[in-house]
Amino acid sequence: MQKRSIALNGLAVLFGLTAVLFIAASPHEEVDIPREHWSFQGFFGKFDQAQLKRGFQVYKEVCSNCHSANLLYYRNLSQPGGPGFSEDEVKNIAASVQITDGPNDQGDMFDRPGKPSDAFKAPFANEQAARAANNGALPPDMSVLARSRAGKGFFNYAGADYIHAILTGYKDAPSGFKLQDGMNYNEYFRGHQIGMPPPLADGAVTFADGASNKLDDEAKDVAAFLTWAGEPSMEARKLTGLKAMLFLVVFTLLFYAAKRKIWAKIH
Amino acid sequence: MAAVFKNPVIRWIDHRLPVFSYLQHEANDYPTPKNLSYWWNFGSIAGFMLMVMIATGIFLAMQYTPHVDHAFNSVERIMRDVNYGWLLRYIHMNGASMFFIAVYIHIFRGIYYGSFKPPRELLWIIGVVILLLMMATAFMGYVLPWGQMSFWGATVITNLFSAFPWVGPKIVTLLWGGFAVDNPTLNRFFSLHYLLPFVILGAVVMHVIALHRFGSNNPTGIDMKGQQDSIPFHPYYTVKDLYGLGVFMLFYAFWVFYAPVALGDPDNFVPANPLQTPPEIVPEWYFLPFYAILRSIPNKLVGVIAMFSSILVLFVLPWLDRSPVRSGAFRPAFKRFFWMLVFDCAILMFCGKYPPTNYWMPFDLTVMSPDDIIAGTKLVVDDLGSITFANGHFGIQIIFLGQLAAIYYFAFFIVILPLLSIFERTLPLPLSISKAVLPQGGGGLQQPAAAKAMEKA
Amino acid sequence: MADHAQTAQGAGETRRDFLYLMSASAAAFGTAAVVWPFIDMMNPSSDVLALSSIEVDISGVQVGQAITVKWRGKPVFIRHRTPEEIASAQKADPEVDAKGHVIANPAGLRDPQTDASRVKKPEWLILVGVCTHLGCVPLGQKSSDPRGEFGGWYCPCHGSQYDTSGRIRKGPAPLDLEVPAYAFEKDTVVKIG
Repeated sequence: MQKRSIALNGLAVLFGLTAVLFIAASPHEEVDIPREHWSFQGFFGKFDQAQLKRGFQVYKEVCSNCHSANLLYYRNLSQPGGPGFSEDEVKNIAASVQITDGPNDQGDMFDRPGKPSDAFKAPFANEQAARAANNGALPPDMSVLARSRAGKGFFNYAGADYIHAILTGYKDAPSGFKLQDGMNYNEYFRGHQIGMPPPLADGAVTFADGASNKLDDEAKDVAAFLTWAGEPSMEARKLTGLKAMLFLVVFTLLFYAAKRKIWAKIH
Repeated sequence: MAAVFKNPVIRWIDHRLPVFSYLQHEANDYPTPKNLSYWWNFGSIAGFMLMVMIATGIFLAMQYTPHVDHAFNSVERIMRDVNYGWLLRYIHMNGASMFFIAVYIHIFRGIYYGSFKPPRELLWIIGVVILLLMMATAFMGYVLPWGQMSFWGATVITNLFSAFPWVGPKIVTLLWGGFAVDNPTLNRFFSLHYLLPFVILGAVVMHVIALHRFGSNNPTGIDMKGQQDSIPFHPYYTVKDLYGLGVFMLFYAFWVFYAPVALGDPDNFVPANPLQTPPEIVPEWYFLPFYAILRSIPNKLVGVIAMFSSILVLFVLPWLDRSPVRSGAFRPAFKRFFWMLVFDCAILMFCGKYPPTNYWMPFDLTVMSPDDIIAGTKLVVDDLGSITFANGHFGIQIIFLGQLAAIYYFAFFIVILPLLSIFERTLPLPLSISKAVLPQGGGGLQQPAAAKAMEKA
Repeated sequence: MADHAQTAQGAGETRRDFLYLMSASAAAFGTAAVVWPFIDMMNPSSDVLALSSIEVDISGVQVGQAITVKWRGKPVFIRHRTPEEIASAQKADPEVDAKGHVIANPAGLRDPQTDASRVKKPEWLILVGVCTHLGCVPLGQKSSDPRGEFGGWYCPCHGSQYDTSGRIRKGPAPLDLEVPAYAFEKDTVVKIG
């Protein structure tokens, strides 16, 4: 009986060890995306409004020439938890673009200045036009782009890390690497070949507040902006979470005390 | 036994529709074993989760559009424009995970303590039906946001049915309503996803009725013998359930507010594209063990049968484990095999997560693709087998590990449990619950039950 | 001795009741806090609120013509009134005092209002085109439509008749046609809502 016990115990321990080691194993990444520090990380993280404004500027001046953001509306720019533009600033931003509207009573489409209730103007009328202008590649819509890119971040701010890494990861292809026609070498993109040419460089955008417009900072700003764009309710979520957790702690403690009191008779 | 209510309005109603005396009986008069541990909280937690999912689901459905051109955007509209839409959506999507966590613990509790044994076989079977309905509901629900994983997960799983000979492809076309997963599929999944939770609700009602027929099992596995063994459900277990619910909700709230998408797949934030498959198709975590079993068998049809069998085997559990001793607390050998099953399910889960050709390198705590291994060594593809010692690093291929784990899973139910029923040496049982929970000196012990008649209510 | 035990028990009971009261209150508060998002979720969402006002170009509407625009899901009648229509509307005006209270109502208006109080520029009449009886859309926008006896609008559902100021004159409707909040951005552009 002793022998059987040891054998069974040993087997159970082996199973347990296998399970634990397996769960703890991390998938080997081809490249390690460098992890940045973001103001919105953590339980109490918030967006930096100035950074979001700069990021929006980068999007507007550079990215929006190829990338749509169809789920973003100009009015989002003045909502709480976001870049914090005023209502008037939003009206001006919207009015600075021409939006296709219609049909009018003659049945024609016409252009008019944008309104806050309009969605961000898309650079191309449809997918085919976008592909035609970009060597057959479709620049993905940016509305939830930051949420769709994985990485090692458990709390899924890996999206921001990834976007920043891609934008700063352009390098000359190492010798021996076969780069296909029209592709660009990028250290952090899967397969290392990306259709997008490097969109940013030092000084590509000039910020009114004089903030640094080095490539790394421009990349961080637009990554932060896109993280906000992917989840505008993030700050509301964390604030509500704090209230909910506090309440639940009180609730649980109260019911624990009540449980002990009621069960005192039995124990 | 009819209770007497003070309030005349309640008395008037109760005389004609005895809800109040029924509830009074179930809560106050219903005898519950006094020794239930916290493992018994998960049934009520699962019931609570069903209510949460139905409530959030109904309100989400008010804003969702079940059409391929609008589904993804309607979900994003809920997240951005609808008041508290983000909150309801996060509660609903993380609620699915919480629901499965509660139900899986609930099931393991049942296996360990023998809650499936006579006279509770039907209670157990209804429970397995609930599990199947939950899996169908969750599968269809995941398709609704119409992301890449929604679409491709639906394609892969519905394609499985083509494995059946002759009728397979016809079944798949019927399921799809077309030649591929498309708008008809999405619409019918929405309709059924709305319907099934109410079928689950009906099954849960039957489940509770079956439970109340003989009362709850308890950690000793010994039936209540009288009033000294039982306490009224209210207030003892109502307050304990509420406390347990509080702890559970703290865990749930952490996911909802601080890691709302961590349990899901980022690829589902890419709108569905029928012309482009994502690099890895991975189902939600609660399906991973079954996915691993499916993939562990190279033959498509046998793989499908194995996957369904892994749940069907649960239906016949009462007839596989016939040990006269109910609770694992008194079955030392069973206890160890049980824990091996738990670890085995965890191993299966992680096998389902990775590409099957990848290698687990336990001593490097990593999982690597064959390409990466080859890149780091001087090996050629053929050199890698099920087990490899590439450059001194031990690696086992995920599919092989999954096969081993699947073998143990089936062996546990089909081989080990029946054998244990016959050959197991069990510990002596206490005479009653009260005697078992009393401090030293109070417990009288029975002779160990070999192949004797089982404890019947 | 017994007294002491009893008071201790009594104190214990009040402590216990207080605990139960606190717990039950916490549960009730939690439930209420959870219920609110469900209810608020049914309120208009941001995109609906963003479309709560529209701008209409009325430069093409000739005298005597009318257009219908959609605002907040409902039709809005914009009529460029002729001088005759303005005059007949003003003729049926009730008498009001300085504070706006109706002193006399010779035309017997069910919902007495002066024409001046219903327009900003007398030649532009802007009304919500929903009959105040049960919600049908009255006819009268097109010149070929029946306009009723009073030259305004005629509701085909139950026969309500409105005058050239949109006031109810005959039929079951209880109130005049609603005047929405609007403002002239320019002479040719009016913002409704």
